[in-house]
Amino acid sequence: MLSEIIIGIIAAAIPLSITFVLVGIGEMFNQRAGVFNLGAEGIMMVGAFLGFYVEYIMKSGPGSSFLGMIAAIAVGSLMGAVMAVTCVNFKAEQGIAGIALFMLGWGVAGMLFRVYIGGTTSIVGLKALDIPFLNSIPVLGAILFSHNIMVYITLVIIPLSWYLLNRTAWGLKVKAVGTAPRAADTMGVKVDRIRFQCVVIGGAMAGLAGAYLSICQTHIYADNITAGRGFIAVALVYFGKWKPTGILWGALLFSLAHSFQRSIQVYGIDFPYEIAVMFPYILVIAVLAISGSSRIMAPTMLGRPYYREQRD
Amino acid sequence: MSLDIQNLEFRSISKRFPGVLACDNVNLKLRKGEILALLGENGAGKTTLMNILYGLYQPDEGEILINGRQVSIDSPQKAGEMGIGMVHQHFMLVPNLTVKENVALCMYNDSFFELDHKAVNAKIREISERHTIKIDPDSYIWKLSVGEQQRVELIKSLSLGANLLILDEPTAVLTPQETEELINLLKEMAAGGCSIIFISHKLNEVKAVSNLIAVLRDGRLVYHGNTNDHSTDELATLMAGRSISLPVAKEKQPSDEIVLELQNVSAMSDRDTPALNKLNLSIHRGEILGLAGVSGNGQTELAEVINGLREVTEGKILLDNEEISNRSPQKIINKGMGYIPADRLHEGTVSSFSVKENIILKDYANPSFSKATFLLNKTISDYSEELVSKFNIKTPGIETTCASLSGGNIQKVILSREITRNPKVLVAVYPTRGLDLGAAEFVHSKLLEARDNDKAVLLVSEELEELMNLSDRIAVIYEGKILKIIPAKEAEKSELGLLMAGVHNEAQAIQ
Amino acid sequence: MKHKQFSSLAFNIGITAFSLFIALLIGAVLFMIAGANPFTAYAVMFTAPLQDVFGITEMFVRAAPLLLVALGISISFRSGILNIGGEGQILIGAIFGLVVALYFPKMHWSLMIPLVFLASFLGGALWGGIAGWMKAYLNVNEILSTVMLNYVAIQIYNFLIRGPMMDKNEVVYGTGASQTARIAREYWLTKLIPGARMHTGMIFAVVMAVIVFFFLWKTIYGYRMRAVGVEVKAARYAGINTKWYLLLAMIFAGGFAGLAGSVEVLGVHHMGLESISAGYGFSGIVVALFGGLHPLGAIPASIVFGLLIVGADMMQRAVQVPAYIILAIQGLIILAIVSSNVFITKKSMKVKVLNLFRKPAGRSPHAQ
Repeated sequence: MLSEIIIGIIAAAIPLSITFVLVGIGEMFNQRAGVFNLGAEGIMMVGAFLGFYVEYIMKSGPGSSFLGMIAAIAVGSLMGAVMAVTCVNFKAEQGIAGIALFMLGWGVAGMLFRVYIGGTTSIVGLKALDIPFLNSIPVLGAILFSHNIMVYITLVIIPLSWYLLNRTAWGLKVKAVGTAPRAADTMGVKVDRIRFQCVVIGGAMAGLAGAYLSICQTHIYADNITAGRGFIAVALVYFGKWKPTGILWGALLFSLAHSFQRSIQVYGIDFPYEIAVMFPYILVIAVLAISGSSRIMAPTMLGRPYYREQRD
Repeated sequence: MSLDIQNLEFRSISKRFPGVLACDNVNLKLRKGEILALLGENGAGKTTLMNILYGLYQPDEGEILINGRQVSIDSPQKAGEMGIGMVHQHFMLVPNLTVKENVALCMYNDSFFELDHKAVNAKIREISERHTIKIDPDSYIWKLSVGEQQRVELIKSLSLGANLLILDEPTAVLTPQETEELINLLKEMAAGGCSIIFISHKLNEVKAVSNLIAVLRDGRLVYHGNTNDHSTDELATLMAGRSISLPVAKEKQPSDEIVLELQNVSAMSDRDTPALNKLNLSIHRGEILGLAGVSGNGQTELAEVINGLREVTEGKILLDNEEISNRSPQKIINKGMGYIPADRLHEGTVSSFSVKENIILKDYANPSFSKATFLLNKTISDYSEELVSKFNIKTPGIETTCASLSGGNIQKVILSREITRNPKVLVAVYPTRGLDLGAAEFVHSKLLEARDNDKAVLLVSEELEELMNLSDRIAVIYEGKILKIIPAKEAEKSELGLLMAGVHNEAQAIQ
Repeated sequence: MKHKQFSSLAFNIGITAFSLFIALLIGAVLFMIAGANPFTAYAVMFTAPLQDVFGITEMFVRAAPLLLVALGISISFRSGILNIGGEGQILIGAIFGLVVALYFPKMHWSLMIPLVFLASFLGGALWGGIAGWMKAYLNVNEILSTVMLNYVAIQIYNFLIRGPMMDKNEVVYGTGASQTARIAREYWLTKLIPGARMHTGMIFAVVMAVIVFFFLWKTIYGYRMRAVGVEVKAARYAGINTKWYLLLAMIFAGGFAGLAGSVEVLGVHHMGLESISAGYGFSGIVVALFGGLHPLGAIPASIVFGLLIVGADMMQRAVQVPAYIILAIQGLIILAIVSSNVFITKKSMKVKVLNLFRKPAGRSPHAQ
């Protein structure tokens, strides 16, 4: 009985972690390049709405789900570009700009939801698939091999992003502009262009993460569907020390916390709902407090705009 | 492939920054295989001129010609394509990447994915063999010494096919011995067909390395010709525009009374590596103790532990026989400590505060400037006006922000505050770095005045001449330890140089 | 010199006005996406509230909490802390105020109201102080910690008004609306105009703004806080206990947001309701930035945004676009303001803009 509960919690945690991984990997790229995008939460809201809406009006199975996710990626990139114009081209204070982008996304998603949908409706979305044979392996089968397709796609994105960051010329440039932009500039790296690209990638990933939430995870859209996941992901990037695998472990940890909190409710343990919901946020604060002091791996120019014609 | 630069010409180059004309109608010529020394005081426009050649800045007027053809260099990348390489004063390396990755970044700055580590390795090997430059390609930049990083810079430029190298103050961070090695390397490279522009304000080096000289003053070219045509003294006059003699310390009977004493003091650096290692030092009343050393050997950390800004992990610091180690900065200030920090823009002053607000930075809570927590605006203004005129601070008014003043005037604001507070000990870290000769002269005279008023002064500097002119005794710091203390009268540059490089006779080491 | 200062002020205002225009232009696109005519929508938003007593009084009802939050935000931003935790600080402030107003023994209103304000100040200060303490002593990014504390505060608040602090009558009658009991009428803030909701809260907020102004620029504590905010290294060098002043800045920031909570409770709702913070925590950031992070600048800014928020409600009824759009427009306004900042602070950018307006003849005054 107990082992089943534990397996259940772990199996449920894996799809939950995907949102964090997607937005976290995107955020990792823009933070590595020196831009801190707190607007991820707002982008996720718009992505979640648009993904949901595209599937809702098309109503044609998995095809429309994918189209919804593509639409979310597109709108995410667009909002990423807004952030990039503000912070990379106009050198704005990133923390404030991020919060502004969050408000923008929050307002846009809330408004569009009321104009175009209005009430609670659900969509089919992407359902979990059981992978034949593999899913019948005891324990592991339930934990690893009965999830929706995006889970597996995300598991490919992790090594891919590692490769991109550490084995390609582009990855070297990303790391260079985040720690030594002036040096990178003298080496012929277009600092602002690389930063722009990374912020757009971060936006695209946040958009996708939002769509994952509505299409693959909840199958509905509701106000505040993201519930701070975008902010948590930003914290996760710190926790994961700006590495894809670090972000994966962090995402799993938080998802376990979420999953555990849910199972408390599911198993009818008498515990105030609000206190249970609070738990993951308190965990984030605790993790931030622990990982706060060690910033040796941090991209040292995180949050600092780069001016070429400025005398040092 | 990069251009083979046979000759380079600057025609009437001008560049303006808000409020400054950094380069004013500069004409220059250089042929293959020549070493041109670009001389000038700080702020004379040397670096700006070279940043124009390197594509970091765009000239407002004028043109650059290579092999007789006009070229437009709008980015460092373009400069690289033309065969121009630059070694900046502050190294342009990415610290969290390896040597190999830094070189790769230059070689593949055009490609998106493609990155051939083998080709990069081969290139590094080829260059280091050709010019006998030793380096480990897999080591991270932040682990390398300053001299090694400079070698990486050279390899980086050469691997891109540069045959015109610009070196911006390359010796500022080197010991005299390392400097000599570099000069030999550069001469060899020039003989092998490289052209070199060597920026410096150190006349002896310029004499040793170059065959051509260009002297800049206030953005204008005041001399361009052969190195051998002028003596060092003549060049100095050209640079300054007037003959300047920096004040030299007059003999003074040192007092025996120790004011500041450090006993076995250890501390860590920001990177959590040992910065001070059981350091012992004592400074007497009415003397200037010069601290010589290559920067990064614990000088700033030493100044910080004395001022309570860095934790002392071991040992004791005594001010007038009272322990001050690990006391709060406020307590140490109150006990009579004055401090002129190296970073005058971000530490010595709050740059966005007005001159007035900066003058009372340490005294705003003093009963004469505030009552019942309210600041006394009138008194503060009067006091500020008084210091501004007494220290000849050039500012539009006391309400002007410090950030808009020149470096020399910001330093005067700090000096006026620290000296008027009448401290027992004054710690001055690189107090003349980046100042023009006039301002440096002022700082020197004030430091000497403080000494004559029986203050104990700790002067940290990387300019041996400054130390030898001003100090009563010179201590050499190396890897967080004082290697030796020499009376300034007996000090010789060669000996100090060896000590700064860590070479010393064990028997003479002081305990 | 005077002339120069004036033209530089004119330049700054021009740039800010232009960026505001761009923000509203993009906002117009949003209106069109929502299927409304942006001109009508903007016209309603900016003018409808000013046409009757109701609109004008409501504007001040919204401006009071906005101003209080903005004061706190100005203090924290000036001290170098980006406090995004206004929402949570309002809620915790409201809870503290409610506990005093509902459960403390009866007393005269002249004692009770200051006591409620004090309690809510302390509540908000506690909540802000947590983030400030973590920033100062554990080096935790304050933006993330304040955002997380918002979520925690919402849950605590909801838990209390749905559970322990719920109105006993709701339980008895079984209606179960999540709200507290009503506060005794004598503790309500005085209404300024009969029949309208406008109360003395705005006067209180303006007095606070003046006090904050004196505090920041005329006292040694304000001096220290501003020093810590712009140059931590220099502040430490000057002997200021920088960590303590970072914490203090967040204590004040939270405290003022907490005051906004009790102003809402005593002035408007007279009980604890869900979503009492109503986005003021975020809008307060916009107000503070719009007011140039200056306590006195925040006064007109809070009235402008009070107008916008009331206007958005009226616009919702007039052109059927959800008032949610006002959040998006506020976001756009911040983005535009922070983007335009570079033209004000960086001289080289300023010169570029000015050159656009100069006649092409005579390349530059220096070219001779």
